Amino acid sequence: MKEILAAIWSYRHFIVSSIKNDLRSRFARSKLGGLWMILQPLAQVAIYALVLSRIMAAKLPGINNRYAYVIYLMAGMIAWSLFAEVVTRSLTLFVDNGNLMKKMAFPRVCLPIIVGGSSLVNNLLLLVTAIGVFLLIGHPLSLAMLWLPLLIVINLAFAIGLGLILGILNVFVRDVAQVMTVVLQLLFWLTPIVYMPSIIPDRLRSILEFNPMMHMAVAFQDVILYGRPPPIQGLAIIALAAIVLLLFSLILFRRAAPEMVDVL
Amino acid sequence: MSESLLTVSGLGKAFRDYGSELRRFASWCGLHVQVKAETWVLRGVSFNVEHGESIGIVGQNGAGKSTLLKLITGTLRGTEGTIGVHGRIAAILELGMGFSPDLSGRANVRHTAGLMGFSHEDISGAMAAIEAFAEIGEYFDEPVRTYSSGMQMRIAFAVATAFRPDILIVDEALSVGDSYFQHKCFKRIREFREQGTSLLIVSHDAGAVQSLCDRALLLENGALIKDGDPAEVMDLYNALIAERENSTITISNHASGRVQTISGSGEAVVETIMLLNDSEEQVEFVDVGQPVTLQIQVMAREDIPRLVLGYMIKDRLGQQVFGTNTHHTEQVLEEVRAGQRVQFRISFPMNFGQGSYSVSTALVSTDTHLVNNYEWRDLALVFTVSNMSQPIFVGSAWVPPSIEVCTL
Repeated sequence: MKEILAAIWSYRHFIVSSIKNDLRSRFARSKLGGLWMILQPLAQVAIYALVLSRIMAAKLPGINNRYAYVIYLMAGMIAWSLFAEVVTRSLTLFVDNGNLMKKMAFPRVCLPIIVGGSSLVNNLLLLVTAIGVFLLIGHPLSLAMLWLPLLIVINLAFAIGLGLILGILNVFVRDVAQVMTVVLQLLFWLTPIVYMPSIIPDRLRSILEFNPMMHMAVAFQDVILYGRPPPIQGLAIIALAAIVLLLFSLILFRRAAPEMVDVL
Repeated sequence: MSESLLTVSGLGKAFRDYGSELRRFASWCGLHVQVKAETWVLRGVSFNVEHGESIGIVGQNGAGKSTLLKLITGTLRGTEGTIGVHGRIAAILELGMGFSPDLSGRANVRHTAGLMGFSHEDISGAMAAIEAFAEIGEYFDEPVRTYSSGMQMRIAFAVATAFRPDILIVDEALSVGDSYFQHKCFKRIREFREQGTSLLIVSHDAGAVQSLCDRALLLENGALIKDGDPAEVMDLYNALIAERENSTITISNHASGRVQTISGSGEAVVETIMLLNDSEEQVEFVDVGQPVTLQIQVMAREDIPRLVLGYMIKDRLGQQVFGTNTHHTEQVLEEVRAGQRVQFRISFPMNFGQGSYSVSTALVSTDTHLVNNYEWRDLALVFTVSNMSQPIFVGSAWVPPSIEVCTL
């Protein structure tokens, strides 16, 4: 553990410059450049709002804003986009960097950190934009939003832990990435992001409880839309899950690392 | 210093096939799992590298050279044995790896140097030198996708050697790029060596190995089969290449104190070889510029459809000075019968510089010794050239000059 931290510290400049390069090269030749980072999720929100706002708006009692559904959507999207981006990119992380890992010796642990860092920057930009939109449509900021940094950290840790485990397995069994793209889609619809938990029949709702991302989305919606503290129990569950996944992924990583380059 | 720069002992690397990936996962959990197949690509390799020592690594394709280098640089982990490193290793294995095409050369340099573990300040300090060494002008701030492969290689080499390492690992990558830059690269490698960097060079180029290395290692089928003087190792390596089917290799101590390697399938052999002066007397010491004749008598032990004699004159370091064969001179002998003797007389002026030279002979069927190698004989003859009648000069060739001097 100490070695890993020492390696991260001595490669800190590399990690920072990699995150910069990563963001820069992703939009290098597009006219709007970095704007795309926030335009894409915003466009998605706009589409859902356009299609579903009539049906869904009525299901949000107690909010005096005709854009309430848009705010609800955005809160869920902020939670989901970080999770989905980190998991998707971690999934193929080692396979994509296979050539580099075969040719250069460097602390492998830098790779997931770079992914996490660049996704985090993305997510924060989205959050800032969302807050701008809220102010524009007359949704006041509440003190409950101070929970956001903690929520984001838990969300990130959970996503990295899960993504890393899947990414390691994917080196050896490439089906993992294929399966996960489908599973992620399913998980998106099992998470109350575009709909409210209240429209789900009670019987099915108990199934939703097993989806950790549901607790995450609910926490974001509570904090951003309703301006109240998130349910501590749900948050504790996902935080615990994040810690267990991270520890497990580190152990797995240590065991798998020597064989990883052999099969890349 | 008592501690070796690099200590490799009992190093082995096996690729394991678990049959099913589930078994592999189980093995990480500490379960004892039966391995379906184990392929050892390297085993029982031990050697040391001392400070400032340069070592060439040779071997045929698949002998385990690249695996060995990857184990030393740390990209692969060994299955058994240990590697002790006391110093910084830099590798020029495959240049230009991991450049992102949309970033500028400068950004890629920063990135790559960071990947090598250098701090922000170190990189900033070395940036000007890297830019100057690469010599690609304004392109340095253009995206790498606009570069030619030669330019990428220049940047890559400049970064890889921006900081003098304790051990520099060079793969054959150096054959890329234009000859001007290649000279520049070799110059830098030599400079590093003079400043005390140890080199580990993988090459098939006998000249490069012999001119840069103090020692050479020969790998064959994953084992280290020879560790010694570069000229001896290259001779054995050449013999190994030629060794196919039923040919044999004999290694003996030559009268000159060097190791002689003879290989081949033996259908034809060199019986006698001698160097004669213009009055047909056998000589061992020759004056610069003197006309001489290399007389080689060959005996066929079996019927041979085609016989070619090749010879190579090498200097004291084993570097090739001159060589040709009767295939190139269009004097191939066809249908040689068993028991027949052939005499070859090769006359030439001794336009070599001072020093000791050796002659290697090859009896083959085509222009290379890789098809039918009847006999390959290193150190078949040794002679010494001394300068008794010409003005003083240096170098390995005697190129008689005519110099006009006019004061104006």
